[in-house]
Amino acid sequence: MSLKRKDLVSIASLDPDEIMLILETADSFKEVSGREIKKVPALRGKTVVNFFFEPSTRTRTSFELAAKRLSADVINFTASSSSVVKGETLLDTARNIEAMQADIIVLRHPSAGAAETLARGVKSSVINAGDGWHEHPTQALLDLFTLREKKLSFKGLRVAIVGDLAHSRVARSNLYALTKMGAEVRAVGPPTMIPAFLDRLGARVYFNMDEGLRGVDVILMLRLQLERQGPAFFPTIREYSRLYGLTTERLKLANDGVLVMHPGPINRGVEIAPEVADGFASVILDQVANGVAVRMAVLYLLSGNN
Amino acid sequence: MDASEVARALTRIAHEILERNKGTEALALVGIRTGGVHLAHRLARRIQEIERTQVPIGELDITLYRDDLASRKDQPVLRKTSIPFNISDLIIVLVDDVLFTGRTIRAAMDGLIDLGRPAEIQLAVLVDRGHRQLPIKANYIGKNIPTSAEEIVRVCLEEEGEEDRVVILKE
Repeated sequence: MSLKRKDLVSIASLDPDEIMLILETADSFKEVSGREIKKVPALRGKTVVNFFFEPSTRTRTSFELAAKRLSADVINFTASSSSVVKGETLLDTARNIEAMQADIIVLRHPSAGAAETLARGVKSSVINAGDGWHEHPTQALLDLFTLREKKLSFKGLRVAIVGDLAHSRVARSNLYALTKMGAEVRAVGPPTMIPAFLDRLGARVYFNMDEGLRGVDVILMLRLQLERQGPAFFPTIREYSRLYGLTTERLKLANDGVLVMHPGPINRGVEIAPEVADGFASVILDQVANGVAVRMAVLYLLSGNN
Repeated sequence: MDASEVARALTRIAHEILERNKGTEALALVGIRTGGVHLAHRLARRIQEIERTQVPIGELDITLYRDDLASRKDQPVLRKTSIPFNISDLIIVLVDDVLFTGRTIRAAMDGLIDLGRPAEIQLAVLVDRGHRQLPIKANYIGKNIPTSAEEIVRVCLEEEGEEDRVVILKE
């Protein structure tokens, strides 16, 4: 089987077989990252453009490494250094990039739907590396990959996603991905940060963190986006941290062998205590390492289809 | 070829490998996915029966080294490469089921050399069906089977739930 689509815009549009194909392909690519010569010639002669309208280190570096390990040529664009500041529209900039024979465009954009718009407008493959509050599909895929590596089966796995679910594309992509694979998802956070009707997407809502963590197998902490949120959603950071921060005591409420995940960058001492972030249950750095393998898989699978 | 012919050919190849390399020192087998992997394991078993030593076995997936990746419509399924030893300075015997155009072997050699610098690469195949498109030759051959380019040579193996045999299918 192969991925019969031009773009990867969202997890919502993938079916479970496609998700499994990506995870299994990533499994093969993980071996490449462990070699002395971390390079294979699969995408030789292809051009990958990293088109980032928001600051990002992890995701951009991860895509860049993935493309380079596949022998593709990589170009990085950031909004501040491109003609976007001169008033060019997203589609016009992208068409210019396409005219230079880019095969795959990786897009990070502050507006939801930007990747979809771009995918419809250009012939190149488009990979969504985060669009507004909408989705961040490769993050969810690498989270699934990490879980599969540690736990093997998604069926019946209990996962708590904790934090600001309303403004998190990571949460949305993970919610779709985990429910599609048969996991049981809980949404834990203050009422101001849990969108209405979240239960329609298949999640159970908990406003009390202790209740939400009881008996879970995986805790996925979201980053408190301090640079984006004013005081409207919670009174003080200290209060948020006391009510929804993951501490060693709270970790004990979960099942034995619980895994702690975080998409990064972490706010130590705010949503997660340092001893938990660095503790035995944490797989945060595994997530980062697996990100490269998962992105190699996505680049490889999409590169045949344009 | 029927099951006993396959078995005899593999036994002979095992002896030839040992004869040519004067034993098993610095010797390793690497099977090319998928058929070659099964044959590599069988050869290793025979070598163990003859010499009472175990030779390391690796499994190589050549998908990423194919020369038609850029021109194919959809990407072939990727499987795992697993070579749990350092191949540098070893004599590597590549094992495959059928030698045809030679393109797979070219890809396999490129793949191997990305993993290290073997002292020597040799090639063992169960069937050589001719029609080479690259200057590649096997060191150990189970059987030469003359074919036309349109025919399909199928190697069936017990490991895949079939009876051991080699059949030629007409297009």
